[in-house]
Amino acid sequence: MTRQERTAWGFVLPVLAIILFVFALPTVLALALSVTDYSIYALADWGALRFVGLGNFTDLLTTPLFWRALGNTALFALLGVPMAIGTSLAAALLLHDASVRWKPLWRVLLFAPYVTSVVATAVVWRFLLNTRFGLLNRALGWIGVPPVDWLGDPHASIPAILLFVTWKIFGYNMIVFTAALAAVPHDLMEAARLDGASRWTRFRHVTLPAIGPTLLLAAVMSVAGFLQIFAEPYVMTLGGPAQSTTTVLYFMFDEGFKWWNLGQASAVAFILFLMILALTLVQARIGRRYEWL
Amino acid sequence: MTRRRWRAIAVNAAVVAATLLTAAPLVWMVLVSFMPRGESSRFPPRLWPSRWSWENYHELLARRLIDGAWFDYRIVPALWNSLAVAALSTLLGLLLTVPAGYAFAKLRFRGRERLLQLLVAALVVPGQVAMLPLFLIFKELGLVNSYAGVILPSLAGIFAILFVRQAALSIPDEMLDAARLDGASERRIFVQIVLPLLAPITVTLALFMFLGSWNDFLWPLIVLADQHLYTLPVAVAAISREHAADGELMMAAAVVTTLPVLILFVPLQRYYISGLLGGSVKG
Repeated sequence: MTRQERTAWGFVLPVLAIILFVFALPTVLALALSVTDYSIYALADWGALRFVGLGNFTDLLTTPLFWRALGNTALFALLGVPMAIGTSLAAALLLHDASVRWKPLWRVLLFAPYVTSVVATAVVWRFLLNTRFGLLNRALGWIGVPPVDWLGDPHASIPAILLFVTWKIFGYNMIVFTAALAAVPHDLMEAARLDGASRWTRFRHVTLPAIGPTLLLAAVMSVAGFLQIFAEPYVMTLGGPAQSTTTVLYFMFDEGFKWWNLGQASAVAFILFLMILALTLVQARIGRRYEWL
Repeated sequence: MTRRRWRAIAVNAAVVAATLLTAAPLVWMVLVSFMPRGESSRFPPRLWPSRWSWENYHELLARRLIDGAWFDYRIVPALWNSLAVAALSTLLGLLLTVPAGYAFAKLRFRGRERLLQLLVAALVVPGQVAMLPLFLIFKELGLVNSYAGVILPSLAGIFAILFVRQAALSIPDEMLDAARLDGASERRIFVQIVLPLLAPITVTLALFMFLGSWNDFLWPLIVLADQHLYTLPVAVAAISREHAADGELMMAAAVVTTLPVLILFVPLQRYYISGLLGGSVKG
């Protein structure tokens, strides 16, 4: 072993050992756990553990709340991705305009919610969305809209939480899109302008194709983010009203750490993993298509 | 010319409006936290405090005697817990991942490429999958309900290793080889040549790690059962369940949780944003 090789192992072994211990090993064990009936009884005595094969998975398929959680999570992603990506793009386009002054200041302020704690800001938004005293209903009141029971009405709860999530995360992709917009070929834009292309035509045929791959990638990554929503319903609605905001991860948490059905919860975790894996494959395909990877 | 000028005014006004709208929830949080108790839920509710009052902060933070027993919301201990956990996990995280990232970029060792592929592949697995068995393992080892239990999982910094590696790849090999020819040891090369070059991205990474740990919620919620060990988000979530209607108190708690992070972020935002853009990991 060379000197360099010895140093290298000294540098990488500690962190690899930790990764093995807190990440790789538990991930494999999660798979093992998902085919057992690990519950509160096994928590007291390992002898009570039984192998149940795919039983947890077939059980899940007949659990209405699991389907509800899947549906809610899908709705979060389906509505949330266009909302968040649209807001990010609008903000980025606005900031990109050459006539805007003090860009760094606006950039920091628009990005600030992203670095704050989800729990703390969810508490703020729960109050903001309060039916009687919330700022949002009062603002709506000024333009004559009757108060909405944002977090109490099963039809309004997901859009209400999405308002909060969009506010919190749009700054991230705004920064990514601003960088992509800055990389749009300038001469191409100039040529289109000289040809008399309108602002919309230029956006549609020059800007959009140039930033398209970035948009697509951001959208796919946002889906993965929305699949992992947990803290927002935990703080704002406790998964309610009428289980309208119970997400897959919320279901897993309740199943695992409230009812201690760790076998069942591991099966949920594994399904979540498969969904994210599928998304990553899509993402890799997109990447290959545009030749970045 | 005038048309362009009107347009510039309109665009700037739109930017200001968007910023105000984004800042509004945070501004309101601060305003309500300074209202006398109950003022935010009186009808019609006020937008501005009738008088600026510290009583919510006093209620939230001060320890006091109620019916002969000491009572507080345990926010001050939670603040210290959060600070200790975030500082420790940042420090240990850097110590573990910066040398490793450099080794993966610049030091030749057998199995390097294979390990690298494994790390990139592991990025696909969401951390939540490991959480359930990890809890059981930690329970067996007595790590549940301890700082170590909160911090250890955050040290598995796969993303951090790849992030450092990406930056270290741009260090010229000639520079390292010249130092080797001069007889410098590998450790000395790392400390005296590589670390100074990696300083900016180390700041970025430290910021990512600190904020990530400070804001982390699900794992601390799982692993901490003892109220005395709660980190701020867990403590705030717990109070918010019991005091949902108490607007002023909850806003004060939100201020205490978000303010340290914003104070840290604003002066260092350049590092954060450059890291966000340069940090796209491609294996």
